[in-house]
Amino acid sequence: MSEFIYHGEVRNEPDSETCSDGEWTDYVFNRSGIPAVKKEWWCHTPSNIWFIAERDTAKDHVLRTYLYGEGS
Amino acid sequence: MPLRLIRYALSSKHHEPRMFTTHDRLKSSYDVVIIGAGGHGLAAAYYLARDHGITNVAVLERGYIGGGNTGRNTTIIRSNYLTPEGVKFYDASVNLWKDLSAEFDLNLFYSTRGHYTLAHTDSAVRTMRWRAEVNKHYGVDSELVGPDHIKKACPQIDLSCAGHAPILGALYHAPGAIARHDAVAWGYGKGADMRGVEIHQQTEVQGLDIQGGKIVGVNTSRGYISTGKVLSAVAGFTPRVTEMAGFRTPIFVHPLQAMVSEPIKPWLDPILVSGSLHIYISQTARGELVMGASLDPYELHSTRSTLDFTESLSAHMLEMFPFLSHVKVVRQWSGMADMTPDFAPIMGKTPVEGLYLDAGWGTWGFKATPISGKTMAHTVANDAPHPLITGFSLQRFADFALTGEKGAASVGH
Repeated sequence: MSEFIYHGEVRNEPDSETCSDGEWTDYVFNRSGIPAVKKEWWCHTPSNIWFIAERDTAKDHVLRTYLYGEGS
Repeated sequence: MPLRLIRYALSSKHHEPRMFTTHDRLKSSYDVVIIGAGGHGLAAAYYLARDHGITNVAVLERGYIGGGNTGRNTTIIRSNYLTPEGVKFYDASVNLWKDLSAEFDLNLFYSTRGHYTLAHTDSAVRTMRWRAEVNKHYGVDSELVGPDHIKKACPQIDLSCAGHAPILGALYHAPGAIARHDAVAWGYGKGADMRGVEIHQQTEVQGLDIQGGKIVGVNTSRGYISTGKVLSAVAGFTPRVTEMAGFRTPIFVHPLQAMVSEPIKPWLDPILVSGSLHIYISQTARGELVMGASLDPYELHSTRSTLDFTESLSAHMLEMFPFLSHVKVVRQWSGMADMTPDFAPIMGKTPVEGLYLDAGWGTWGFKATPISGKTMAHTVANDAPHPLITGFSLQRFADFALTGEKGAASVGH
């Protein structure tokens, strides 16, 4: 049981109707694996609110948090 | 008072032998450069030298030998996997492990203990039965056993797990073993060193020189090296290397923590794993309980460990073994697990000619140390993947041909 659950990096989904097979498998499987400041989906379990956190994945520092649509 | 012992210690005739040759400087070129002096990298260097006559090799290590995941795992060796590719691969590894201490003339403390993957639900029992059948089909000794068998092998276990998750059965894998985790790196390293391979510690790879889609050299913190073949075996640091090489992979890095207790009297012969409680445990030759659980649930490139991990693992461990409540936890640590979507490794060629990858080892890499070294040496020497690793190619994701080992590779997801 955890107060916040991580749901991966915020990524743009290509249009599956028009993108190439390579673009689709790249979206489904590939990741930016290096340490960096990343925009990530997180969910606050008790309220079920999803939000975005910008977190340094090398130092585990959260720099900003905001709801979807409110960030840059 | 053993005065003879003191005289021996002070005598110049009995100097302490060094495991590895220290090299003052890097040469300007090598036939093969291996990035990472962990178990996998050093095993590859060993087999390149011993089986393929390729000795003009440099193994570059940013830290110290075995300082990465080789020094951080919980030492379980087994071959009770789910897919035919996995079973054949890990079985070949177990067979190499058995003779390694004799081959190296170095005690790896390899100890066959028997391995139980406990099933607490009907669906888990079905998965264990599936694994047992696939294992048996390939000649690997695994079978489904009931609670009585488990209780007999481990009388101290609470089969009801504090009433929360009664154990219905287990996958019993007799060849399951443990070993001293970093000795395997020293053994392979010494064997490679003896045959002319150069191991360079405190040497960080800072860039890959790629021209016309082909590797031509490596930039390091101690100078530039020309080479036509580079093998990357750096586990959690893999994305940094593939970034230097300019191609993407599915690898994502999460910490995997572990902890060890004070030494206590030997009571636990087998290795126990519980998928439902997300914990596993074994007892070393020194009497310490080595314990682990599941991956940290978020990406992090760090080896920090946390209190909530030890609290959670201890709580679940006490459900299975309430008598351990007064045993002290002495040390905790973590490694950076390079995870893949199908819980199988990524081995073989890459989009860059001459660059080979041994990665995606997540939480399942230690047991594969010997066979990964052997197959990657073959792959590098022949510029073609060894037959045992064709199911682990980087290309499989683009082809939607994954090798699904999630049911057998880790605890608790």
